Amino acid sequence: MSLLLSLITGALFGLGLAIAGMLNPTKVVAFLDITGNWDPSLAFVMGAGLVVNLIGWQIAKRRTQPIFESHFHLPQNSQIDRRLLIGSALFGIGWGLAGLCPGPAITSLAFMDSDAAIFFIAMAAGLLMSRRIFIKS
Amino acid sequence: MLIDWTNFTPLSSALGGALIGLAALLLYLFNGRIMGASGILGQALAELIQPVEGHRLGWRIVFLLSMLAGPALYLFLTGQEVARMQAASSPAMLALAGLIVGLGTGLGSGCTSGHGICGLARFSKRSLAAVLVFMAFGFLTVYALRVLGVQ
Repeated sequence: MSLLLSLITGALFGLGLAIAGMLNPTKVVAFLDITGNWDPSLAFVMGAGLVVNLIGWQIAKRRTQPIFESHFHLPQNSQIDRRLLIGSALFGIGWGLAGLCPGPAITSLAFMDSDAAIFFIAMAAGLLMSRRIFIKS
Repeated sequence: MLIDWTNFTPLSSALGGALIGLAALLLYLFNGRIMGASGILGQALAELIQPVEGHRLGWRIVFLLSMLAGPALYLFLTGQEVARMQAASSPAMLALAGLIVGLGTGLGSGCTSGHGICGLARFSKRSLAAVLVFMAFGFLTVYALRVLGVQ
């Protein structure tokens, strides 16, 4: 059952990205371009996603375990450390350079073109490299 | 600041965002997992290379593969091809950007979905810090490209 749920949520995520306009890097860069011809659409993506989860979180909080599994998997680290800040800064730079963040980069593989493949392979390499980098907090 | 009204899509963007949010909510409520694209991919890749005893790789692979159905579902529901990647960046730029995005989200433990939607909704201070930093650097990067005349 939990695998079926993974299948449904993955497809829903991919569809949501498509409807939202997130698979179009030009639109993403237009959102980040506040001093140019600004397209604020993506603020509505995050806003709507956040509202749904703010409500959902209140429901989830009352439960001691998820419906199909034995426990909730939450990140244990609560410190704002250097690793988090350096990583997020790098991510912002990469996001601005190409207009792709990880979710859309994965879903874009469905287009089966070289642009999507190049970005994805480089991103996968970066993700694996990050596991071998130690940053003193 | 000029608003690009012709390309502004508040309704479809909010609808898409709500679906992304719903997916994140369901994954957490039913499976107890945070829906972060970079986290799920990073862990899946690491375990593909070096399997960990007792860890379950299966749901991550299923989730990632079903994400690829997004454009086909869009075509099925709307009868139109989804607006997608146009080669705005050179292959070298794409490779550089991809590498930085992978490194950054790996080090920062999350991206637009994990920190931006899931983390903010549960009032995580780490996620708030991450979102403020990556948004700021995203804006700055596009501004720098504009000033340098790259875009």
